[in-house]
Amino acid sequence: MKKILSLVLALAMALSLVACGGSSSDSSSSGSTGDSSSSEGSSASESSSSAEGSAAESEGEAEETGGDATEAADSITLWTYPIGGWGTEDTVNALIEGFTAATGISVTVEYLDYTNGDDQVGALAAGEGPDLIMEGPERLVADWGASGYMVDISDLLDDTDISEINEAALAACYGDDGAVYEYPLVMTAHCMAINKTVFEAAGAMQYLDEETHLWNSSEDFFAAVQAVYEYTGSTVGAIYCGGQGGDQGTRAIVNNLYGGTFASADHTSYTWNSEENIKALQALVDCEGIEFDASIVGGDEIAQFYQGTLNMAFCWNIAQQLDPNTAGTGSGLTLSGDEILFMAFPTEDGSDPELCGGIWGFGVFDNGDDAKIAAAKQFIQYMCDSEATADAVTAANYFAVRDTVVDGTVDISDIWADNEIMNEYNVLMQYLGDYYQVTTNWTAARYQWWNMLQVIGAGGDVTEAVETYASNADAGISE
Amino acid sequence: MKSNVKSKHPSAYKVISLIVLIIFAILFLFPLYWIITGAFKPTTDIYSADTVWWPTQWVTTNFEKLFSSRTAPLFTIGSIEGPTVPAAIRWLVNSVFMSVMAMLLTCITASMAGYALAKKRFIGRGVVFTLIVCAMALPKQVILIPLIREISAMGLYNSLWAVILPTVGWPFGVFLMKQFSEGVPGEMLEAARIDGAGEAQTFVQIVMPLIKPGIGALAIFTFINSWNDYFTQLIMLTSSANYTISVGIATLQGESSTDFGILMAGAALAAVPIITVFLIFQKYFTQGITMGAVKG
Amino acid sequence: MANSKSHPATSRALVRRETISGYLFMLPSLIFFVGFVIIPMILCIYTSFFDANLTANGEDTFIGFANYVELFHDDIFRKALLNTVIIVVVSVPVTCVFSLWVSSVIYKLRGPLLSFFRCVFYLPVVTGSVAVTVVWKWIYNYRTGVLNDVLTGIGILDGNVNWLGDASTALACIIVILLTTSVGQPIVLYVSALGNVDSTLIEAAEVDGATDFQVFWRIKWPQMMPTTLYILVITTINSFQCFALIQLLTSGGPTNSTNTVMYYIYYSAFKLYRLGYGNAMGVILAIFIALLSALQFKLAEER
Repeated sequence: MKKILSLVLALAMALSLVACGGSSSDSSSSGSTGDSSSSEGSSASESSSSAEGSAAESEGEAEETGGDATEAADSITLWTYPIGGWGTEDTVNALIEGFTAATGISVTVEYLDYTNGDDQVGALAAGEGPDLIMEGPERLVADWGASGYMVDISDLLDDTDISEINEAALAACYGDDGAVYEYPLVMTAHCMAINKTVFEAAGAMQYLDEETHLWNSSEDFFAAVQAVYEYTGSTVGAIYCGGQGGDQGTRAIVNNLYGGTFASADHTSYTWNSEENIKALQALVDCEGIEFDASIVGGDEIAQFYQGTLNMAFCWNIAQQLDPNTAGTGSGLTLSGDEILFMAFPTEDGSDPELCGGIWGFGVFDNGDDAKIAAAKQFIQYMCDSEATADAVTAANYFAVRDTVVDGTVDISDIWADNEIMNEYNVLMQYLGDYYQVTTNWTAARYQWWNMLQVIGAGGDVTEAVETYASNADAGISE
Repeated sequence: MKSNVKSKHPSAYKVISLIVLIIFAILFLFPLYWIITGAFKPTTDIYSADTVWWPTQWVTTNFEKLFSSRTAPLFTIGSIEGPTVPAAIRWLVNSVFMSVMAMLLTCITASMAGYALAKKRFIGRGVVFTLIVCAMALPKQVILIPLIREISAMGLYNSLWAVILPTVGWPFGVFLMKQFSEGVPGEMLEAARIDGAGEAQTFVQIVMPLIKPGIGALAIFTFINSWNDYFTQLIMLTSSANYTISVGIATLQGESSTDFGILMAGAALAAVPIITVFLIFQKYFTQGITMGAVKG
Repeated sequence: MANSKSHPATSRALVRRETISGYLFMLPSLIFFVGFVIIPMILCIYTSFFDANLTANGEDTFIGFANYVELFHDDIFRKALLNTVIIVVVSVPVTCVFSLWVSSVIYKLRGPLLSFFRCVFYLPVVTGSVAVTVVWKWIYNYRTGVLNDVLTGIGILDGNVNWLGDASTALACIIVILLTTSVGQPIVLYVSALGNVDSTLIEAAEVDGATDFQVFWRIKWPQMMPTTLYILVITTINSFQCFALIQLLTSGGPTNSTNTVMYYIYYSAFKLYRLGYGNAMGVILAIFIALLSALQFKLAEER
C-alpha cells in the first residue's frame, strides 16, 4: 500500500540524488583524468634538462613573488579562443604535455569559439570560470579585468621582461588600475586581403604597391574596387555587420580611409563620430562594389573570400594567410587556386596606415584558490618566458611580442626565419596602431558599432546614425 | 444518387489540393535532402557559383573534418572513461542520455502529479493548477540568470543534469497528465478503495494502465523537446565533452563559419539517428501525439 | 463527493486524507517545479530591482523600478516586444490554418499515403532545431544559397536578395522556418480529429443539402474545438521558444528587425552583462505570457 508509494517516491528522489552526485564527480574527474595520463611515468627524470631548468625557475619565481609562497595546485583548467593553433587540440596537447612534464601540473583545456565563447564566459556569473584563459586585452583587461575577475599578475614581470616585451603590446595589458591582467605571448596586425589573380585580370593592380602592401591612396582604393566590380559584375567586398565577429576589419577600413580614429588616445571616449569617419562611411555606402551585409560576420566574410564569391576581405591576418582553416587549400591561395595578397588598409594620401593590433596572451582568473593561481602563473611563465616559448608562439601562427626570453638568454627572434610568408608579413608590423580595444565599456561599444553599420547599410542617414550610435557608446561609458 | 453529383465538385478541388500538397511536401523534404547531400558533397560543389543539386562525387571529407577536430571519451561515469572517440559521437551520446533521463523523470513525476490534480480534491489544488498553467508557456530565457546561479550552487553547472532538471521542472507534463487522468473513472478508484487498496496500489494498478497512452505521448513530447532545447544546453554546458549535439553543431558554426560541408555533416549526424527512430516507431509517435490531444 | 454531504465528520477526514495523499503524489513534481521554475522566478523578480551586473567585486545596488523605467524608454525592447508579438500572432494562426488544410486533404487518403504525408510534415520537428537552422542558413545564403539561385533562375527575382541581411525580409524568413517546424504535430492531431468526427451527422447534413463549407463549419469545426485549443497552446509555446533560429541566423539583426524579447534578455545578460536589466525584461515577458495563457484557458473553460 503506502510502501509502494514511498518506494516510487524514494526511487524518484534517489534517482535525482544519484544524478547530482554522479555528475559532480563526473565533471571534476573529466577535468583531471584526461591529462593525468600525460603526467604519469617519471616525467621529471625523463624531461630534458632545459625543461627542468625552466620549471625550477618558474617555481622559484612564483615563490619569490607570490608573497605567501603558496604550494601550486596539481591541476588547472585553461580556456582558449581559436588563436591560430591554440584552437587545435593536437597542437595544444603537445604544448601542455611539455608543461606537465616540466612541472607535474596537469591542464584541462576547453576550446571556445568567438560566437559562443562569450556565452560560456557567462559561467563567470556562476563562479565557474577557468583558472587560466588565453585571449586579448579587450576581454582580459577591459572586460573581466575591469569587472574584478582577474588576478593582477604584475609580479610575473620583472624589469627585464618589461624591457623585452613590445612596448605597445605590454601597454595594452595594463588595466585602468595599473594592474596587469594579461601576460602577452603573441601579436599581429590585422589587415585586409585581395584576390590578386582577379585584381590582375581586372587591371586593378596599378592602384596598389605589391611590394610594400600599401594602397596608393583612398581614391585609388575605390578605383580598384570599381575596376574589379566592372570586371566581375559582382560585389567585391562586404562591410559585414551581422554581429561583432571580426569587427576590427570594418573599424580599420573606416578609420584609415580618411584618417579617423575609433577612440580617444586616453581610451576614455569614442571618437568614431568624427568628420573623417563619416566621410569614409559615406564613401563606402556610395561605392558600388562594396556592400553592407548584415547576414554575415567576419568569419563568413573570410570564407566567402576563400570561395571566390568576394574578392576582397577586411577581416584578415597572418593566421589566415598561413593556414586557411576553412578551405584547406594551402598557404595564400583561394579555393580555386587564386593568389591571395594581404594588404594594409588604404589611407587618403598613401601615408602609413594605422593597423589594429591583435595581442594575445594569458590571464589568470581569481577563483579564490591561491594554489590554482600559483599553478596558473607557472603555466604562464612556462609558455611566455621559457625555453618552450618558441613553440608556444609558433603554435599560434603569430609574431612573438619579444625577441628574447628568460632574461635575455634565449633568443626567439628567428623562429619564423625560414617562413617566407611570415617574413613578408613582417612589413606590416611597423604600422601597428593604438590598441584602443581596451577603451572603457568596450563590449557595449562594439554592439553599437555593428548596429550602426546595419542601420547605414539599410539606407539610414550616415551622419545621423554615426552620431546616435557613437553617443550611445559614450553613454555606456558614463554609466 | 445525390452524392454522386456532389462528389464531382470536390474532386476538382481535391486534385488541385493534392498537387499543392505535393509541392509543399517537396519543400518540406528539401532541407533534409540538402543536409544529406550537402554532407557528402566535395568542397567545390558546395561553393560552386551554380547550385549543385546532386553531388558530383560522394565524398566523406566533411565527416573526416568533423571527426578530426576534437576528441572526447565515449562516456564518463564517475572516474571511468570510455574509449576516446571523435567529440561529435560523444555529443550524440550526451544528447541521448539527456533526453532519455529527462523523459523518464518527467513521465514519473508528471503522471503522479497529474493524477493527484485530476482526482484528489485537496486544499490548494486550484492554486497549484493555476501556477502550472501560467508557467507552462514561460520561455526559459526569463529565468535563465537565476537558474544558472542556482544550478551552479548545486554544483551541477556544466553537467547534463543542469539541462535535465529544469526540463523536468517544466510543468507542461503535469498539465497533460492531469487532462489524461480526468478520464479515469471515479467509480474504479472508489471500488479499489472499498477493496482496501492503498493510494500507491491504486495508482500503480488502476490508474497507470489507464493513462499509459498519455504517458507515451508525454514521453515522445519530452524527448523531442529536450533534444531540441538548444537554449538551455547552450547556457549550461561549457566543456566540449559535455556538449550535446545541438550545441556541438552550433559551436562548429562558430568555428568554421560558412563551411557548410562540415555543418551539414554535423546536422546529418544529429538528424539521422532520431529520424530513423521516428520512422521505425512512427505508428507510436502519431498514436501518442494523438492521444495527448484527444484528452487534452 | 456525494457521501461527504451526509457525513460531515467523514468529509473532514476525507479532505485531510485527500490533501495529504494529493501532496504526496505531487511532491516529486513539485520539487522540480518549485526548484527550477518558481524559485528562479522569484529570484528573477528580486534581481530586477537591482543594478546587477557581472562584476565580481561590486555589490549590486538597489535601484527600485529604474530598470523598468529604462525598459519603457528602450527602443530596442519595444522593437523586440513587437517582433515577439508578430511572431506569435503570425505563426500561431498560420500554423493552425495550414495544418487544418493539409489534414483535410490527407485524412481520407489510403493508409500508406496518409502516413507518408504525415511523416513528411513531421520530419522537420524530429530533425532538430539546430540542424534545421544551419541548413536554412545555407539555403538563405545571400551569395551561395539555393533559394536565390532558384528564384533568379526561374525569373521571379532579378538579382539575389539578402534574405537574412535585409531588415524587410529577415523576420519573415525566421517565421517561415518556424512554421516548417511547427506544423508537424498539429497535422497529426487534426488528421485524427477529422477521422473521429461523427459521420452520421455529416451524412444527415448532406442529405439536407448542406454545402461542404457548411458541413465543415457547422459540424466538423465545433467537434474539433478541443483539438484546436490544444494546438493553440502548444503552438504558442513553440513560438515563444524560437531562440536557436535567431541566435544562429541573425543575432537579432539587421537593425533589430529579428530581435525578440527572449533574445534580448539573453543578449543583455550574456553580452552586455546586465543581469538586473535582463531580469526586468523577463518579468515583463512573464506577466505578458501569463496573461496570454490565462486568456487561452478562459476560452477553453468556456467551452
